[in-house]
Amino acid sequence: MTSRAILRAMVGFYIAIFLLYLFGPLLVTSITAFNTPSYPQAWPFETFTLDWFVALWNHRAMMEGLQNSIIIGVAVVALSVPMGLAASIMMNQIYARARGLFYLVTVSPVLTPGVIIGISTVIFWKDALALSDFTKSTFYNGLVLATLGQASFISAYCMLIISARLQRFDRGQEEAALDLGASFPQVFWHILLPFLRPALISAAVIAFLTSFENYNTTTFAILADKTLVTVIAGEVRQGTTPALSALAVVIIAISLAGAIAYEILKRREEARASRILEAGRIAEREAKAELAA
Amino acid sequence: MSSRFVVLLIPLAVIAIFWLMARREAATRGPGHRGYFDRNGALLGTVFIALVGFWTVFLVVLPYLYMVVESFHPRLIPSKRGGPEDVLTIAQYRSFFVEPSSGNWNTIHLWAFIYTIGVSVVVAAFNFAICYPIAYYMAQSGTRQRVRVLMLLLVVPYWVNEILRAFALRLLLASKGLINQMLMGAGITDGPIDFLGANVGLYVGLSYAYLLIMVFPLYNAIESLDRNQIEAARDLGAPWWKIHRDVVIPYAKPGIASGCTMVFMLSAGSLAAPQFLGGPRTLWFTSIVYDFFFQSFNWPRGAAYAFILLVACIAFVLLMLRVFKVSLGETIR
Repeated sequence: MTSRAILRAMVGFYIAIFLLYLFGPLLVTSITAFNTPSYPQAWPFETFTLDWFVALWNHRAMMEGLQNSIIIGVAVVALSVPMGLAASIMMNQIYARARGLFYLVTVSPVLTPGVIIGISTVIFWKDALALSDFTKSTFYNGLVLATLGQASFISAYCMLIISARLQRFDRGQEEAALDLGASFPQVFWHILLPFLRPALISAAVIAFLTSFENYNTTTFAILADKTLVTVIAGEVRQGTTPALSALAVVIIAISLAGAIAYEILKRREEARASRILEAGRIAEREAKAELAA
Repeated sequence: MSSRFVVLLIPLAVIAIFWLMARREAATRGPGHRGYFDRNGALLGTVFIALVGFWTVFLVVLPYLYMVVESFHPRLIPSKRGGPEDVLTIAQYRSFFVEPSSGNWNTIHLWAFIYTIGVSVVVAAFNFAICYPIAYYMAQSGTRQRVRVLMLLLVVPYWVNEILRAFALRLLLASKGLINQMLMGAGITDGPIDFLGANVGLYVGLSYAYLLIMVFPLYNAIESLDRNQIEAARDLGAPWWKIHRDVVIPYAKPGIASGCTMVFMLSAGSLAAPQFLGGPRTLWFTSIVYDFFFQSFNWPRGAAYAFILLVACIAFVLLMLRVFKVSLGETIR
């Protein structure tokens, strides 16, 4: 065996170990979801059962939490994507000397521990919403505060994603449209937004997922309400039940399906791109042949 | 209420100062320059300002300032807030160093603070060590399709939230868990080893939770390195470790700084791993803050501790940036 082959085997071995570290715990958890004992147990495997999935489905608090998580997630997307978009557009236009401060303020929530964002959100909004009885009774609740707290840092993610694409925007397109008589709102709706579409979509997806999974900020800001994650946290604190394993299985299944769908889509796209390239080459060859004749 | 009201004015004053400066400078500009509202249209311009203003002022700056102000106040029942007893004080910060009831050094909280920072540094270093080979492989030697599949495999576990991942590790490491069953089954140990009590669970949990946060910045940094540079070094006879030390790592410095700071910050601020995987006698700093809010209902002291954590984290990040000689903009990408 050559040294190169040894090296390659070692790299393969390392990747295998790494993936085992990554997936091992989840795999073991998944097995416990199908085992009968009420303490999650992977070994010995007693009898195959789907009861824990039924238990999960009948778990009132979790289903309620799931509903709240979705509501908060949608609200966060609705707030964060426009705020991130507006901030990334303003970043280029803002008074040059204020830009450093603006950047620092908008990006600071990314670097702040989530716990601190949660605490500061509650402290501020408790006082701010107490100004009138109406705002206190309508808005001072966990759903609103969790949305506001999460939006403060998720908007920064959105801004960073959108900014990355905005930097590649060709200002010439805007100038051309303006010269041809388009108004500014028209340029925004018909040129800038379509150009930013991929970034807006990925910002929305990331915003929703981040909101859905968030624990550190939410656990403070959620007050007396609950989200799926805070319900799970309560369950784990009290002890362990295989219903949680069942939930992990469901989430893993969904994300695996998503990953596989993404991979198939990507491969199909690549195949199409290479077909177009091939067609282009054939056309070019034919054109050349025609010219020669 | 007065100090809280003053705080309200700070962001407004800062915005006004910059606006005035911009006005003065705009007066010296030529006629070809377009103003903000000319450029965006009146409606969109207003909407942008409203959105950005709401975010930066009401969701970022004011909450932070309010938390800081709260931390300089005594703990009072709601009816006494704003009354004569509601004065500015540094008692909450003093209590971090000196226990108010006994007057002795507050060794428990000081130790928890040092422990949290120390463990977070070690976790960041450990994750760098184990993720670097993977990132290097993905960025430089893997084929495109294989890298994409590997990347998907890396992402899938991260769709499972932090708490379920902590739960999964707990099933493995508990005294009735699989690892203890295996060790006892193989006859290596007689009784179960208390991994969770010995904080092994905490360390593994923190490392496990933030693997991906390390892999991606490293991958992005190494990926743009021209492969010819590595080939050249190899042709000139450099051994593999010298190639990494003198070519790859200096080049990937921004990515390394980014990955390490992010993992450090997340780990120092993490709540799930210490709550669900830490031993019963382990005091993590964020857990202390959590208890001030939910068990002793001492918000000012909790706010003071949160602010101490924030300052420590910022100081650490700035130190890292100085050591690695990279800018903040390069780190957050």
